[in-house]
Amino acid sequence: MTTSDDMVVRVDNLVAGYLPGVDILNGTNLEARKGELIGIIGPNGAGKSTLLKAVFGQSKIRSGSIYLNGEDVTGLQADKLVARGVGYVPQNNNVFPSLTIEENLQMGVYQQPQMYSEGLELVISLFAELGARLKQRAGSLSGGERQMVAMGRALMMNPSVLLLDEPSAGLSPVRQDEAFIRVSDINKAGVTTIMVEQNARRCLQICDRGYVLDQGKDAYTGTGRELLHDPKVIELYLGSLGA
Amino acid sequence: MSNSNPGEKPPEKSTGLHIGEAGPGVKKVDPILVADHVSRSFGGLTAVDVEHLEIPRGAITALIGPNGAGKTTLFNLLTGFDKPNSGSWSFSGSDLAGLPAHKVARMGQVRTFQLTKALGLLTVLENMKLGAKNQTGESLIKSIFPWLWKKQEAEIEARALEILERFRLLKLKDDFAASLSGGQRKLLEMARALMSEPTLVMLDEPMAGVNPALTESLLGHILNLKAQGMTVLFVEHDMQMVRHIADWVVVMAEGCVIAEGPPDVVMKNEAVVDAYLGSHQDVDLGVVTGRFTEPKGTS
Repeated sequence: MTTSDDMVVRVDNLVAGYLPGVDILNGTNLEARKGELIGIIGPNGAGKSTLLKAVFGQSKIRSGSIYLNGEDVTGLQADKLVARGVGYVPQNNNVFPSLTIEENLQMGVYQQPQMYSEGLELVISLFAELGARLKQRAGSLSGGERQMVAMGRALMMNPSVLLLDEPSAGLSPVRQDEAFIRVSDINKAGVTTIMVEQNARRCLQICDRGYVLDQGKDAYTGTGRELLHDPKVIELYLGSLGA
Repeated sequence: MSNSNPGEKPPEKSTGLHIGEAGPGVKKVDPILVADHVSRSFGGLTAVDVEHLEIPRGAITALIGPNGAGKTTLFNLLTGFDKPNSGSWSFSGSDLAGLPAHKVARMGQVRTFQLTKALGLLTVLENMKLGAKNQTGESLIKSIFPWLWKKQEAEIEARALEILERFRLLKLKDDFAASLSGGQRKLLEMARALMSEPTLVMLDEPMAGVNPALTESLLGHILNLKAQGMTVLFVEHDMQMVRHIADWVVVMAEGCVIAEGPPDVVMKNEAVVDAYLGSHQDVDLGVVTGRFTEPKGTS
């Protein structure tokens, strides 16, 4: 199969898991084109985080393949993937609390320290707040601010794709909304973004295309708007409260 | 199927819970939990400084507030997981101050945690059975005579299976808790709390990390607790859920209670919108961010 030029990430029929004999993903497909904001939603245990981790070389791939900018990167380790332009922000424990914001950002470019000033410029253009507080310890930051540092660190290498695992998790409503607006801003700056979210409604409101995972397979896909109003998706995944 | 369909009418709310005008520290008609002057500071930071708080019995109370408002710290204090610098509180009339967590739980006040504390190397069913209290087999001497505890064990197991089925975890009963997803662990923790047959259930962010469709059936479970006469106090960020099931809402910010009242009233409170809810509550973020011009196909 050939990949088109603007395809940044393509996941083909992926089977993956952690423990031997237990597959979490059972033939998942995913595509992200240049500049797209992709949302992945689905029930607990559907394999959303596992899919993201697989793209970042953090889960055991049993079959299927992952392409990054047309190249086969299946089974590549995380550090190699970072060097090739994948940025990943895990859900929890995603900053080094004893390091300052500046040091956290430096960790993002430890493979290529010469990229620091360029990366910092990008990060500060998106999160001006961080620029003023570079010497502050990340451990003293609030949840929303930590999330910003974690995203900033992943952006330091100017990645071709940014993977976000539940950027709104554990934040209060107003901070959640801010987190989604930040994700949208990052994407508008030209970064192809794949986001896994529990807050499905908010996620679909801002994403270009969405995937609904169920039992390790992509059950539905469509534009964010389509999925947001699809009766089946509402019934099974969005819930009808306050629809 | 979910327990709440669009056509179904919203759950009946308990009203008339308070005496006088609703506000921080207002007296309740029948409080189950009363806290006075509870304060806790970490170094120079005052995490909790609650002058007076009453939780109404037999109702569902939501505790909301921004990150760092002290909600979880208050939970820890009230359940004996942490000790306050000062203050007193009582549960059903008996003084709880200084009582360790396991004794608080035995009195019928159980809690869950925001970050789940399932025992990973036990199976789901084993985790559940651990939640039951007053188990005869816990006594070293009685434990060596199986006939003394076999029957109780069987009863506990039957109850565990019944609760697991309600929480849709039955097919996972023999899996290690460590193999569950984050949301499933959340469910297990809530299910396990019910094993102790509590009178007050305290849930710390029960819906965080649980997908919306499952949330609705969980809401049904929580409403069921109330129907069975239990009192529920929960911390939650999901305002749709709070609005849907809470009879009473307590809002904390910077360690203090800043507002109290029925959900609809509290959510219009200006201080609450400013400190917590934000101004985007009922709008489409796709429009706010300018990604899409107008919400299409609104149903």
